[in-house]
Amino acid sequence: MDLKEKIRKFIESNLVVFEEEANFSDSDNIFEMGFVNSLFAMKLVNYIEQEFGITVDNDDLEISNFSSVDRIFQYIESKKSA
Amino acid sequence: MSEEKEVKCVIWDLDNTIWDGTLAESDDVRLKPGIVELIKTLDSRGILHSISSKNTHEETMEKLKQLGIEEYFLYPEINWNAKSIGVGNIQKNLNIGMDTIVFIDDQPFEREEVKAVHPEITCIDAAEYSSLPELKRFNPRFITHDSKRRRTMYLDDIKRKNEEDTFQGTPEAFLAQLNMRFVIHEAKEEDLKRAEELTVRTNQLNATGKTYDYEELNQFRLSDNYKLLVCELTDKYGSYGKIGLALIEIKEDCWHLRLLLMSCRVMSRGVGTVLMSHIMQETKKAGKKLQADFKTTKRNRMMYVSYKFSNFKEISSDEEGHILFENDLTMIQPFPPYIDVVIQ
Repeated sequence: MDLKEKIRKFIESNLVVFEEEANFSDSDNIFEMGFVNSLFAMKLVNYIEQEFGITVDNDDLEISNFSSVDRIFQYIESKKSA
Repeated sequence: MSEEKEVKCVIWDLDNTIWDGTLAESDDVRLKPGIVELIKTLDSRGILHSISSKNTHEETMEKLKQLGIEEYFLYPEINWNAKSIGVGNIQKNLNIGMDTIVFIDDQPFEREEVKAVHPEITCIDAAEYSSLPELKRFNPRFITHDSKRRRTMYLDDIKRKNEEDTFQGTPEAFLAQLNMRFVIHEAKEEDLKRAEELTVRTNQLNATGKTYDYEELNQFRLSDNYKLLVCELTDKYGSYGKIGLALIEIKEDCWHLRLLLMSCRVMSRGVGTVLMSHIMQETKKAGKKLQADFKTTKRNRMMYVSYKFSNFKEISSDEEGHILFENDLTMIQPFPPYIDVVIQ
C-alpha cells in the first residue's frame, strides 16, 4: 500500500460521518468538511508518529499540515527526507 | 511529589490481604476484620477499588459475589500473569495517573515486582490496611456529589464501552444514538467543591495545571471581571457529572482564558472542543479578542493539540513551558452534530 493510501485508510477508519456521505478527494480539507472531531486530531498525530517514526514538534502542529490527505503526505515526506 | 497526590484507586491483592487464607487451597477463607467497612468508606469518598490477584478468574469472582463485595471492584485482574501487567491494565482502563494508585499486597515480592515496573505507584503492606482511612492521601479535601457517584459512573462507562465494541456502524452513528446533552452554565455556589476537585484531579486535559481552592473560585464567581463556567454531560445511560471547567478574565479589549480543563472520562466522546468553541463564539459576540494561558506538562499534550487545531497561535513562550496563545476567531469549529449543546 502506498503512503497516500495508508493515510486515507486511517482517516476513513476514524470518520464521524455516515459512510455514504464520506466522499473526499486527496485535497479536500477534512476538518472544514466536519468529517472529524477533536479527538481525531490527537489520534492522527499519534498515528503519524508511531507509523512513520516521526516526532511532530510543537511548531509543526498546525492544522494546515494535517488538513488533507495531500497535506499529510507532504508533511510526512518532508520529515522523512529531513 | 507523587506521595502527595490524592489516591484515586486502591488495587487489592486477595489471599491474606482482603481475606485470611488461600482460596486455591481452601474455599474457607475469612474476610479480614473491618475490611468491608473500610472498602465502603473509601468508596463513599470517591476512591475506586480494583483487584490484582493470582487465582482463577471464575472461582474467585464467585467467591467475591458470595461475600457480597463483587460490585466494589472495577476491572479486576484475576489471572496468573505478573501483577505489574494487571496493574498496568487497570490503570489504562481507568485512565488515571499511576501516581494516584495504591497497590496493597501481603507479599514483599509482589510489591517489589509492581514497583519495579511502575515506579510512580505507592505499594503498601497488607498488614497496614486498617490505617488507610486515616492517611492524608485517602482524605480528599471535599467529597462531592460526583465523587460519591464515581464508581457508578465508571460502571456506566463500562456498559457504554461494551456497547461501543459491539456496535455495527460508523463512530458517528454510535455517538448519535447516545443522545448526548452538553450543558454549559456559569458556576453556582454548589458547583465550587466539584470545581476545586476538577482542578486537583485533572491532568491530561488541563491547559495550565493550576489548582484553585474553594475561596478563590468563589471570588472569581462573584467578580464582574471573571466568568467561571461549568459543564455537565449526560447521555442515555445517565450523567457523566460535572466534567469541564473554564475561567475567563474579562479585560477591556480581550477575554483571557486562565483555565480550561475537561475530565479524561469524556475524552472518547469527542466533546473536547465544545466548551472551547462556545467561549470563542461568546468572545467574538462581545467583540473582543481571545487569549489563553497554557503550561506544558508531561501529560497535557492532547490539550496543546486541541488549542493548535482550534487555530490558537503562540504569541509568546518561556523556558518553563508557559505559553500565551491568541486566537483571531476567524475559524470557529461548529458543535458536533451528535451533541445537543445547551447554554444556560
